[in-house]
Amino acid sequence: MSNDDKPPLGLLRRMHRTMVLIRQCEERIAELCDSGEVRCPCHLCIGQEAVAAGVCSAITDADYLWGGHRSHGHYLAKGGDLRALIAEVLGRATGCAGGRGGSMHLIAQEVGILGTVPLVAATIPLAVGAALAAKLRRERRVSVAFFGDGATEEGHFHESLNLAALHRLPVVFVCENNLYASHLHLTERRLVDNLDRSGDLHGVPGERVDGNDVVTVYDAAVRAVQRAQRGEGPTLLECRTFRWRGHVGPAMDLDVGIRRRDDLAAWRERDPIASAAGHLLEAGATEIELEHVTKEVQAVIDDAVDFARNSPFPAPESLLDHVYYRPETR
Amino acid sequence: MTTRTLSYAQAIREAHAQLLQSDERVFVLGQGVWSPWYAGTSLHDIDKEFGRERIIDSPVAENATTGAAVGAALAGMRPIVFHPRMDFMFLAIDPIVNQAANWSYMFEGRIGVPIVIRAVINRGGEQAAQHSQAVHSWFMHVPGLKVVMPATPYDAKGLLMAAVADGNPVIYIDDRWLYSDEGPVPEEMYTVPIAVADVRRVGRDVTIVAASFMAREAVKAAADLAARGVDAEVIDLRSIKPWDRSLVLDSVERTGRLVIADSGWTTAGIGAEIAATVVAERLHSLKAPIARVSLPDVPAPMSRSLEQVYYKSAADITATVLELLSR
Repeated sequence: MSNDDKPPLGLLRRMHRTMVLIRQCEERIAELCDSGEVRCPCHLCIGQEAVAAGVCSAITDADYLWGGHRSHGHYLAKGGDLRALIAEVLGRATGCAGGRGGSMHLIAQEVGILGTVPLVAATIPLAVGAALAAKLRRERRVSVAFFGDGATEEGHFHESLNLAALHRLPVVFVCENNLYASHLHLTERRLVDNLDRSGDLHGVPGERVDGNDVVTVYDAAVRAVQRAQRGEGPTLLECRTFRWRGHVGPAMDLDVGIRRRDDLAAWRERDPIASAAGHLLEAGATEIELEHVTKEVQAVIDDAVDFARNSPFPAPESLLDHVYYRPETR
Repeated sequence: MTTRTLSYAQAIREAHAQLLQSDERVFVLGQGVWSPWYAGTSLHDIDKEFGRERIIDSPVAENATTGAAVGAALAGMRPIVFHPRMDFMFLAIDPIVNQAANWSYMFEGRIGVPIVIRAVINRGGEQAAQHSQAVHSWFMHVPGLKVVMPATPYDAKGLLMAAVADGNPVIYIDDRWLYSDEGPVPEEMYTVPIAVADVRRVGRDVTIVAASFMAREAVKAAADLAARGVDAEVIDLRSIKPWDRSLVLDSVERTGRLVIADSGWTTAGIGAEIAATVVAERLHSLKAPIARVSLPDVPAPMSRSLEQVYYKSAADITATVLELLSR
């Protein structure tokens, strides 16, 4: 790739800041988990930030985003409010779901997130449906489904690929292959390492990309989004990456799988944020600028944690509210 | 209002057509919606009238199809998902129960899932265990769902209109055994309120609470009983979640006797919930034990000789009421 093909400096800056925001936010959440202040299960995406940042830079607020149990990064990259995220994780009334969802249930309708939920693969067909809605209304929106490699083992996934392909729906299926589904390595769940080819039988083209390089992810996402916008149908992106922390909670899970310790060391050498910083410096940014990003983001996170800590818990008398949706109360 | 006589299936079709005509957010998705094999006359030629972009016959993929409808509903559409048999709908439990039912609560009422999930009970004819199940009571258990079961052409149209307008996930259950029943149906659009039961016959001696096909049978049984000097009140629940507690409780308070007739299995069925509620709220009004007319706890059999003793009808309700009154 020649220098001319690189994303502009402004875009590189935004993607890098998004990744730093996700990393530092999750490291803070990990601390709050360790201290016991956060009690709800948190699935951290530290090490996978480039996927969320790269894909979300290729779409707009009008496009739909669907996620799963590990979606803090998706939420932040799409522009979800940081204060509302931290407050939700801490179970406060000011959280994005009012303290009824927690880490695994994030919503930011103003930026196209209609809800992330933890049941593996569950939002993949929902993403297809949102794309169907866009198609029926003749809108230009695309619908992006983020899911892990484990989700590709569910029937939801295969049914959804077929349905989206059949109707040429504007969906981008983004598989973040971090090599583990909970405690099981990919090789313990799959005979052949070919999940990027999952769409072949359904007519959904697939592409495997380096999920730790934000520019590579961004470029692939732009191709997939443009294909969707042209009415040519869905694309499957397999973004190869690695989660540094365990399946759930702040621990590293080094006791899971005999090779995980070595794997982690190797993947840390390929830190996606270091890679993004490399792109930035190459494009003319300065070290001082990068340090400033770290500090600026830290202040924003401190503010969000303060905001959440000073927010009330949901009122006990609200327990029975919202079982049914009542539009007139909104 | 102009009222004509329509069949139950025609009433369902008319409701679909008027909803599709009047609201561009409405579309239909599911297995067999282009085929009379699956939908009978209830969707007759609806694809020809509204086009196959909005009337979408689906791959054999209940899970993704229903999930897609949930996603479309979240994105502002008003889908009607069609499951030609409740048995097949089991493959879509995740989008119905985990997703649609919970969504409003999980997100503090910020967003609703305005989806109608239409499930057909299609029994008899020696179809056996996997083509005959009536599992409506499963869905009574789940917070966040509404469940309606029309018994008449009037309610079949009005409840579908109410379900689409509701804004919450509504399971709309119609029974193929009712498709050719005829009754008055207004030509205009109208809604039948969800959670409001209908007194199909006023009586003093016993309350028969029923839903769907068994409500029709209960009306027949009441006529039979009248000829024998028994004055039965018949309540057609129409909605089983939420169900009309006050109407049932008030009736039992007057009659002192309760028979619940349901086309589902006995254990944890509609009757169990209603009986428990009546005992908790009106124990001292009861002059006799509560009786249930429902299916034995066995899978649907095949051979006609077994089907005949498995399924319940008006005669079973009549016999149960007479037995209750003889105590």
